Amino acid sequence: MKKQIMQGNAAIARAASDAGVKVAAAYPGTPSSEILRDIANTYPEIFSEWAPNEKVALEVASGASFAGARALACMKHVGLNVAADPLMTLAYTGVKGGLVILVADDPYSHSSQNEQDSRHWTRFGKVPMLEPGDSQECYDFVKIAFDLSEQFDSLVLVRSETRVSHSDTVVEFGERVEPAEPAGLDRKEWQKYVMVPMNVRAARIKVEERIRKLEAFADEFKHNKMELKDTKIGFISSGVTYNYTKEIFPEWSSLKLGMVWPLPKKMIAEFFEKVEKVVIVEELDPFFETEIRAMGYKPFRGKDVIPVMYELSPDIIEKALKGNEYREPETRVKPEDLPRRPPNLCAGCSHRPLFYALNRLGAFVFGDIGCYTLAAAPPLSAIHTTVCMGAGVAQAHGAMKALGKEALGKVCSVLGDSTFLHNGLTPLMDIVYNKGNATTIVVDNRITAMTGQQEHPGTGFTIKGEPTYMVDYEQIGRALGVKSIRNVDPYNIAETMEVLKEEMDKDEPSLVLCVDAPCVLLRREKKQFEYTLYAIDEDKCRGCKICLNINCPAISWHEGAGESTDGHKRKGTVRINPDQCVGCRVCQQLCKFESIKPVKKSQ
Amino acid sequence: MNENEKVTNIFLSGVGGQGAILASNILAEVFLNSGYDVKKAEVHGMAQRGGEVTTHFRFGKKVYSPLIKHGDVDFLVSFELLEAIRYINWVKPEGRVIINNQMVFPPAVNLGLREYPKDVGETFKKYFKGNAYIINGQDIAKNLGSLQSANVVLVGALSSFFPGLKEELFLEAVKGLLASKLHDLNIKAFYEGKKAMERKD
Ligand code: SF4
Ligand code: SF4
Repeated sequence: MKKQIMQGNAAIARAASDAGVKVAAAYPGTPSSEILRDIANTYPEIFSEWAPNEKVALEVASGASFAGARALACMKHVGLNVAADPLMTLAYTGVKGGLVILVADDPYSHSSQNEQDSRHWTRFGKVPMLEPGDSQECYDFVKIAFDLSEQFDSLVLVRSETRVSHSDTVVEFGERVEPAEPAGLDRKEWQKYVMVPMNVRAARIKVEERIRKLEAFADEFKHNKMELKDTKIGFISSGVTYNYTKEIFPEWSSLKLGMVWPLPKKMIAEFFEKVEKVVIVEELDPFFETEIRAMGYKPFRGKDVIPVMYELSPDIIEKALKGNEYREPETRVKPEDLPRRPPNLCAGCSHRPLFYALNRLGAFVFGDIGCYTLAAAPPLSAIHTTVCMGAGVAQAHGAMKALGKEALGKVCSVLGDSTFLHNGLTPLMDIVYNKGNATTIVVDNRITAMTGQQEHPGTGFTIKGEPTYMVDYEQIGRALGVKSIRNVDPYNIAETMEVLKEEMDKDEPSLVLCVDAPCVLLRREKKQFEYTLYAIDEDKCRGCKICLNINCPAISWHEGAGESTDGHKRKGTVRINPDQCVGCRVCQQLCKFESIKPVKKSQ
Repeated sequence: MNENEKVTNIFLSGVGGQGAILASNILAEVFLNSGYDVKKAEVHGMAQRGGEVTTHFRFGKKVYSPLIKHGDVDFLVSFELLEAIRYINWVKPEGRVIINNQMVFPPAVNLGLREYPKDVGETFKKYFKGNAYIINGQDIAKNLGSLQSANVVLVGALSSFFPGLKEELFLEAVKGLLASKLHDLNIKAFYEGKKAMERKD
């Protein structure tokens, strides 16, 4: 088979196909999102879907498994928290067709709200977990995970992380298993699947037996690998961390754990016997270390020198273990002297004028997860919390209950369309039911934007781009009992401010829907603006900098003392970059001196 | 480690949307098809929204880590000036640097709060002497008819450091990774990038 270079996520998708998976479901989340996209685009034999949240994704996959088909659910680490509920009980029911959860961690929190270590779920849930370290292992381990799932009648977790999911390394594929026809649902198996107390107690015994069997298996598992070289010193590691250590200490002995739970106890004993000094190198929490110490072994080094937070890298490991021997490279320029380049809302994004309006209204905004989080930074400064999907809606309600009438007109929550469907409906129902008065603003950009444009039940399209029923937010709002529902065009700042003020002042729950505001990167619904380009009339510009308050990437400040033609002194002018401006007209509404005008785009 | 086992580290940096990822995909195809082990890791959290993008690209007989060690970069290829100077400390003293002569202002500069660094080219020349190459990839690409092809211009420029690699492999990779209507343009961009390295300035 020809070697290919492939992203970890793409290798996972291929493995799902080669393992004969029939159903795959996910909610997008970096760094896991490409897996389902690749499955949908490349492997038509798999039914694939974007679920509204991870809990649903796992439930869909488990249904397929109960029917005898192999099924995969994919999510990021924080998504596994959402799916924890079915996870903990599926650990009891076991499976019929192989059932695998792919969870992608994000050490260093490159694009996440926390840095949690998903390995804890494997011990907590009493289900096994594999951890690949490169694309080849992504491919191999996912296939193995399905076999193990059926062999041990257990859900299996596969943990990837940013450096594995988003690295491209060489892969050679193995054989493809033709998917067997699912055995089908069998009503006689109800004691296995109905978790009423009587059945739970029986299942509970099986759970313990299973983990003991898996422990024995771990000692035989060929991807738990002992490499004995220089036995004076050796490390225990897993995943990409193994590759980092190998890079720095190729001459050391090593125990690489392909299965991170349960641990291969005999192998660990043998390693401690053969190697004088054992160093445990693991990313994030001292998961192995705690276990290994509890077994009675004393590692030579572990979390005493290896950081417990952020991402590891070869140089961090080298520094930690070699101390002074690590040569810091020459500092030619101090990076902290350079301006940073944080992400920003796109030029023309509909969130920009909305948040400008909220800022002007002085509202406290309970935010959520999505592009709009970027409005937290100055100068928009209009998001004041970000916790998890759906949290903002409930938090605004809680805060308003706490503050009473004085919060009227001052508090709201904002969340995106995908987030609203993910977990925003339940808290909105709660607001109505418990006689709250919070305003919920749904910024409907008609796509899951931040993770890279995935469909959801409000876009009108499935993962394959097939047209489907499109959720009507207004009707949902009504069904949940919201009486005050308003539509607003966020690009019209004055009107937006007026509507928001009115709704926030009302002593009843309100739902404000930002309509006709698709993500500007969304080709399908390419937003049509009246003009495609705005420009600064430099004769008129007084350099007041008001238009800079929206932080549009197309607008920049240019120093240079002078005078406008109507005789006003200025310290500089702003300019609009014609390559970036899309003509949303937001800046024009801010300029008091009419120095921003539409122009024809040349080209 | 003998020469044979040496791993070469290429670090690409740029701004979301400039095509750094595509450039690294081209390199991956070429080096893989030339018989090397290849690993590459991208960082692009929310990069589509104008943030920084970096790619660690490594090839050799056997590559373990997908990440390059700080200070171990053999080639820095940057699509933008500020994103070049941000990583200047990552380059080995004898390393080589190819920079696209383009400025994309980050928010703090747009707002007039920070200054965009001056004389990036001079700073690189000071530390890397003849090993620092500033390419007008933007102008070259514009002249060819599409700003989008500046990334392939840089790939062409980088290719001149690897005379042992077959040129067809680069052309095949361009064809394999881009839509067919973009082939001619990008093949020209590749050659223009190569040519730009021959000119001494
Ligand atoms: S990706 Fe879409 S929603 Fe996100 S900032 Fe850009 S335009 Fe706005
Ligand atoms: S019209 Fe103004 S705010 Fe809108 S994209 Fe152009 S410069 Fe930015």
